[in-house]
Amino acid sequence: MIAMRAQAIDTVTELFEDDPHVAVVLAEISVDRFQPAFAHDPSRAVNVGIMEQTMVGVAAGYALEGFHPVIHTITPFVAERALEQLKLDFGNQQLGVLVIGVGGSYDYGSEGTTHHSPGDVQALLTIPATQVLVPGAAAEVDRLVRDTYANERITYLRTQMITNRDARPVELGRLLVERRGSDATVIAVGPMLDRTLEATADMDVTVLYATTLNPFDAETLGHELTGDDVVTVEPFFAGTLAALVSEALRDRPTRLHFVGVPRAVIRDYGTPEQLDQLLGLDAPGIRRQIVSAIG
Amino acid sequence: MTTLTLDRNEIVRLAALATGDEKHEASSYSTLDPLLVLYGRVLHVDPADPAWEQRDRFILSKGHGPAAYYAVLSWRGFFPEHWLPTFTRQGSRLGSHPDRLLVPGVEASTGSLGHGLPLAVGVALALRAKGADQRVVVLTGDAELNEGSNWEAIMLAPQLQLGNLTLLVIDNGSSTIDLVPIHERLTVFGWHAQPVDARDHAALEVALSARHDRPAAVVATVRTTP
Repeated sequence: MIAMRAQAIDTVTELFEDDPHVAVVLAEISVDRFQPAFAHDPSRAVNVGIMEQTMVGVAAGYALEGFHPVIHTITPFVAERALEQLKLDFGNQQLGVLVIGVGGSYDYGSEGTTHHSPGDVQALLTIPATQVLVPGAAAEVDRLVRDTYANERITYLRTQMITNRDARPVELGRLLVERRGSDATVIAVGPMLDRTLEATADMDVTVLYATTLNPFDAETLGHELTGDDVVTVEPFFAGTLAALVSEALRDRPTRLHFVGVPRAVIRDYGTPEQLDQLLGLDAPGIRRQIVSAIG
Repeated sequence: MTTLTLDRNEIVRLAALATGDEKHEASSYSTLDPLLVLYGRVLHVDPADPAWEQRDRFILSKGHGPAAYYAVLSWRGFFPEHWLPTFTRQGSRLGSHPDRLLVPGVEASTGSLGHGLPLAVGVALALRAKGADQRVVVLTGDAELNEGSNWEAIMLAPQLQLGNLTLLVIDNGSSTIDLVPIHERLTVFGWHAQPVDARDHAALEVALSARHDRPAAVVATVRTTP
């Protein structure tokens, strides 16, 4: 199974070689993996060193000159440390950048709290018009990167180590229907899909699959809504999608429930799978929370 | 080469039209002479075509005190003089910090300190990637250099051998951190750096017009008000 990070780098490298307007700006992370790009055209591939604020600023300079910059590092160091650069250098100036985050939430579980970022998506959603993509498999990464790298807005593509077994035919901006039921609606985000399907295997619920979070596909949710309860299963802070789902359902009286990373500092070390289990985000844990929510 | 007559009194008159609550007057007047020299003698720009591909780029990183900046842009014809009295008023294009989407000739929206120099490094890299001979000049204040993001870019630019980048530091003695002499610190980081009297138009023109094989810094020192 190809990792999402590896696929993102492969796809960006291919685009870099095909499109002379693509620029790659790195802050040390993944420099070795981007060597083909550096070899192809070093004028458009730059490693600035360990300086994430400048990585964003330099990328914005490329964007001012008409390039399509791609930046990439471990999620907290771009989504949180360099948030103001993203907000002002890109968001306020209406410039485009593809931000590829690696290690979402607690992929670097053995590194401890400094490398956790369950708040990344919530932080980036504070920048108006930011597109947020959370794919669940490598082929989905490929499709979403190609669809967005030149879209002249901030696009945040979040990758995690754990992927779903099979890629879906994702479409930018659309929810996919995985299963139709009648008691409730469950929205599984990116890599949470397989475990959500397992958790709800014997439940009569609709399961929707979300990879584009903003703009949120209110049309499909409204059309597929079943029951009075909506449960989101999120790979980041629980309730990150609250505002988007609430807005999508503003004319539909529903009870909303949010399953995701608890809003607390995670002091435990371990693999992503171990931390998922600890935090109730493996299939049994998700099942317990959904049953508790909808009865 | 642009060789306009540098009519300082005209810029002072225009800047005085831009009155508002957030004028940052001292900040504005300390940039006035270097901006006049840049736009009158150094930068290749076309006010009739602000996006002219062959233009030199200028980024006012120290977005504070843009009255002099607006005055110089208006003097060069980027926008009409009658915009100036609208400065910071509701409905105006001229805010207390410049917005590139509102003001013709403004390359980058600035205001939060420490953003312009990393942006300028990116612009310099992009110009090089295009094979363009144009240059980018970025203006910071001395106090603005307290922001750590500047020092990231100050470390980076010489490493990238960006001979098309010029940093213009307006040293009006407002930095809490003692950076003096700024040019010596920049030299240690690998820049071609030199101090200049911020009121000496001839010296400013020579220093700002020079190109080097590495990034250049001109530290314009101003210690008096107009």
